[in-house]
Amino acid sequence: MTSLLQVDQLSRYFGPTRAVADLSFTVERGEILGFLGPNGAGKSTTMKMMTGNLAPSAGQITINGFDLLEQPRQAKAQIGYLPEQPPVYRELTVDEYLGYCARLNRIERGRLRVAVDTAKERCGLTEVGRRLIGNLSKGFQQRVGIAQAIIHMPELIVLDEPTVGLDPIQIREIRALIRNLGEEHSVILSTHILPEVKSVCDRVQIIDKGELVYTDTIAGMDRRMQSSSLMLAMHRPPVEQDFLSIPGVISVESANTEYMRIHFDPQNNPAQQLVAASVAGGWGLYELTPERLSLEQVFVDITCTEHDETRAGEGAS
Amino acid sequence: MMLVIARRELRSLFLSPLAWTIMAVVQVILAYLFFSQIEFFMQIQGRLAGMQAAPGITELIVAPVFANAAVILLLVTPLLTMRLISDEHRNQTLSLLFSAPLSMADIILGKFLGAIAFLLLLLFLITLMPLSLLAGGTLDFGVLASACLGLMLLLASFTALGLYMSSLTVQPTIAAVSSFGALLLLWVLDWGSGSTDASMGGGVLAYFSLVRHYEALLKGVFNSADVIYYLLFIGTFLVLSIRRLDAERMQS
Repeated sequence: MTSLLQVDQLSRYFGPTRAVADLSFTVERGEILGFLGPNGAGKSTTMKMMTGNLAPSAGQITINGFDLLEQPRQAKAQIGYLPEQPPVYRELTVDEYLGYCARLNRIERGRLRVAVDTAKERCGLTEVGRRLIGNLSKGFQQRVGIAQAIIHMPELIVLDEPTVGLDPIQIREIRALIRNLGEEHSVILSTHILPEVKSVCDRVQIIDKGELVYTDTIAGMDRRMQSSSLMLAMHRPPVEQDFLSIPGVISVESANTEYMRIHFDPQNNPAQQLVAASVAGGWGLYELTPERLSLEQVFVDITCTEHDETRAGEGAS
Repeated sequence: MMLVIARRELRSLFLSPLAWTIMAVVQVILAYLFFSQIEFFMQIQGRLAGMQAAPGITELIVAPVFANAAVILLLVTPLLTMRLISDEHRNQTLSLLFSAPLSMADIILGKFLGAIAFLLLLLFLITLMPLSLLAGGTLDFGVLASACLGLMLLLASFTALGLYMSSLTVQPTIAAVSSFGALLLLWVLDWGSGSTDASMGGGVLAYFSLVRHYEALLKGVFNSADVIYYLLFIGTFLVLSIRRLDAERMQS
């Protein structure tokens, strides 16, 4: 069984500017893939290419076995796409609009009602069916956009920054909705909000300057976030040498008078010895926290090291 | 598929006041011209009675009304077509059509048919005026039909050109101004030909004039060359629009 979506060496140039370069990845059935990257990294460009809104300069996209460039009609029938700005007609009501979308996606007349009702129900739009889209709040317009993307029950749903501009409650609702969608469809989700990826996705892919720099499962990302430092808070901190004598401790820095950060060898966690030493030496230890890198730090780490490497490479050549 | 798009286009038109305003304004102006034409006919009726092979009411009333209708609609059609594609651009709804399983031709033809459906409705309202003369006389239906066909082809040409202009820009006003300018230019191409010799380029240029082919149809002369001229005109601009939309995905 091949993957649902296969992207092969995709490139896109805007004049001399390279927006996406040699991007290759796959999406499996029933997977929620998070597409991460700073602004202008090429996320939206990639998504536009996957949905046929932009022709790639080079490369191949295969959706459920159909080549997007050679069999666009069959390929496009497999995808639902929500662009950054929901593509809604403000002068139509929700029902009219979804009916139109259903017809555009060649849903037969007989199943039209059911399709519209199902999409509305899944996106929590049942009550606003007869209201004008232009009069709905941003959150509801976003839901209409998602409803439009799922109306023909596509295999793959592509969502470009679906939670931008929403309030925290709406964000939670949309995230719950996306998780829900992930049970029946494959979802690709782009965002630059890291916790969002963690709370929704199965797998993460980080793209920077048009190149794929990192791809891993959420669990793998979690492991990467585990760092090798402890934060200690003590009433009567000892001198640095006392710490360094404990096996496993590599270096010590004092954050302020009472807080100390201890870097240790991951193979040899000295937490237990530290507590014992504190009791013996009367340091008055009252806090011991294993520090974790935040997702942001990992992100900055990955994107920045990549830059340094390219810069070094450019310097060499 | 294109009928789905055409239907929504027509619906959106009628949801905005624009369609109603256009219908009302066109109708008021043409009604005024229609009445003054009848007035004129009443005045010369006595003299006509004495003439051999005098022109009938169809020639004296219907033809001028249709000729004026063409000029008024030349002004109005760009307003109607300016939003067709540029608005989708502005509201970023074009991606809805692009990611749906449709071809570019479906999109363009759908938009075109939507606008044509509205203009046909307008044409129907205009035709009702001459038809009201049936209450007190008879009409030459051949001439009326040929005038209707002429106006329809002319309007379709306006629409095709306006649609293309709309696909070029994001600003509806720019689309309106440029299609109005282009249409007016194609209209007045005929004027210069009177002064220059037909042997010169003026004759060829005048042949491209939109109005020249319409005049024959207004007189009830059905020349297939005229009809083909319009069909070619419409076809050219529809193909250009399709290509333009295709190019949209290629560039930024």
